[in-house]
Amino acid sequence: MKQFIAFVNKEFRHIFRDRRTMLIILGIPVVQILLFGFAINTEVKDLHVALYAPSPNSFINGVTERLYQSEYFTYRAELDDPIKMEESMRKGKLDMMVLFDSKGEAVQLIINSSDPNRGSIAATYATAIIAGYQQELAGMRKMPFQIEVENRMIYNPEMKSAYMFVPGIMGLVLMLICTMMTSVSIVREKERGTMEVLLASPLKQGTMVFAKTVPYLAISLVNFASILLLSYYVLKVPIQGSLWTLTLISILYIFLSLAFGLLISTLMRNQINAVIISAILVMLPGLLLSGMIFPIENMPQILQWLSHIVPARWYIDIVRKVMIQGLGWAVIWRETTILVGMSLLLVGSSILNIKSRLE
Amino acid sequence: MIVVENLHKTYSTGLGKKGKKGKGKGDGNHYGNGDGDVKALNGVTFRVNKGEIHGIIGPDGAGKSTLFRILTSLLLPDEGPSKATVAGYDTVKDFRQIRQIIGYMPGRFSLYQDLTVEENLNFFATLFNTTVKENYHVIKDIYGQIEPFKDRRAGALSGGMKQKLALSCALVHRPTVLFLDEPTTGVDPVSRQEFWEILDKLSEQGITILVSTAYMDEANRCTRISLMQGGRFMATDTPKGITESYDELLWSVEGERMPALLAELRVHPSVKTAFAFGDNHHVTVREGISVDALREHLTGKGFNKVRITPIEPTVEDAFMKASMEVLNGNE
Repeated sequence: MKQFIAFVNKEFRHIFRDRRTMLIILGIPVVQILLFGFAINTEVKDLHVALYAPSPNSFINGVTERLYQSEYFTYRAELDDPIKMEESMRKGKLDMMVLFDSKGEAVQLIINSSDPNRGSIAATYATAIIAGYQQELAGMRKMPFQIEVENRMIYNPEMKSAYMFVPGIMGLVLMLICTMMTSVSIVREKERGTMEVLLASPLKQGTMVFAKTVPYLAISLVNFASILLLSYYVLKVPIQGSLWTLTLISILYIFLSLAFGLLISTLMRNQINAVIISAILVMLPGLLLSGMIFPIENMPQILQWLSHIVPARWYIDIVRKVMIQGLGWAVIWRETTILVGMSLLLVGSSILNIKSRLE
Repeated sequence: MIVVENLHKTYSTGLGKKGKKGKGKGDGNHYGNGDGDVKALNGVTFRVNKGEIHGIIGPDGAGKSTLFRILTSLLLPDEGPSKATVAGYDTVKDFRQIRQIIGYMPGRFSLYQDLTVEENLNFFATLFNTTVKENYHVIKDIYGQIEPFKDRRAGALSGGMKQKLALSCALVHRPTVLFLDEPTTGVDPVSRQEFWEILDKLSEQGITILVSTAYMDEANRCTRISLMQGGRFMATDTPKGITESYDELLWSVEGERMPALLAELRVHPSVKTAFAFGDNHHVTVREGISVDALREHLTGKGFNKVRITPIEPTVEDAFMKASMEVLNGNE
């Protein structure tokens, strides 16, 4: 036990004395949260619209008025020449053209879909506004009955993208730091030759690797706390479910990541390799296959299958359910079981791989 | 204390496989067997008694570090009818026991550069389940010299001080057997002198020491030495025994234009070998030629002020002779 404590102390000293690395480790989550929170905005606003109406009438005026009243659309120009409009769209100045026919009875929407997300949202908004106006007119004529559609967005009523990425960042950052830092710190002992002295001592290899994980577990808990605090107080993302459940699941996930780092360290011989392998194995699937940015349901079947082995996918799923939807164990037991299974597998295989000799 | 019989070690360096490269020294100039495998140890046999300082003398790539790593249980020897025990413990089966009782100082500085002198020492004391206080008497002589700098980070120490700290860390648990792989490489002459004085004291306390070095002048400070080359021990004896069994006529030759002189000596029919040894050449000659005859011959070739004196052989002479014999035997 004394050996274990001495080793943990030594590890903390390595970390605290390497100021730059420590700053990076503790700074990554803060920067990412702020960056995603303020700089990157996936909400669509200020769509630039131009109108072409060869023979204005009251219907056209009504539509125009309502389009411009909407906060989503910004009036750009009322051009009399569709060719000029097309040119302007090609230059990226326009998002949407509204073309009325010569009788003023039909309307065509031409939408710049080079950004498909922005394009489809523009189409939805515009269609809704026109349909709404039509209903208004119909209402005046007294229809026998009317179907009223009322939308209510639950869990994320303001459609904030922060609700989407906060769980994602938690999934990515916690795993990245645990995996990369643990693997690098073990491989560093091999590279600097200190492993040789450690091996020639009574210290058991198991004691060593577990002592290595303690400081990163602590740092990850600090990161976990700073992500939650920032998203709660700065980005105003509420924590709907139990904080305890969230913390427990996160500790499980950190543990899994540490085990993954250990496994990588037993297979690598130098720090550069350890960094590259950790980055490739954590970052790429963490960004692409975890559902953090791209919805898994929309992926090709093969990628959907592949996403099953990405721990971040399950963790992010749980965090969304607990943090955003406020759900409990009854809904997340399946994902949790999968994470437990993955952790055991990783711990087991890294223990099997720990060598008590140099080769 | 240390018993080694017929020890072999082969590194596979097959392309595409996981190489054993990048492990520092000892991967260089071994004798290959043609399949890309490298034979680092080729049948090493020796024995070290309690309290002896046994020196392994050999150039880089002779296999010294490999031998140390096998004896400290860090590497497995090739399978076969061989034996390697330290204090009665088998280096393969009883590696846990061996790791309790040995002190090991690898060839390359292997302490934590970002920890202070004191932190390093305390850490290694704890690793071996002891404290600095408990064994202070063992390391007092050597640690006393660096104690004024105990709050300095190990990375900021000079080469000599680093080695003293490394030795302190290897000694802090009072090991039965001490393995020092090239402890004085890169250390200034004064520190080297001090270092050997400390080893003498440790051996007086009954600690068995296996030490390797590429410096031939350090050989005389050992109880016994082994001359190592190409993974083999060419000779094992006391330093005195090694030089006494040297049976060649050995002359020292000095003069002007030393490189040309060496070339001239090597083509002389009565000269067997000629090697540059610092500021003179050591030459072995066949029976029948006199000092005067050789000097006249050299003067005739245009070398003035040539001084030739018969000398006593050193360990280095013995080493050169032994390695020439190995080379000739291989041809």
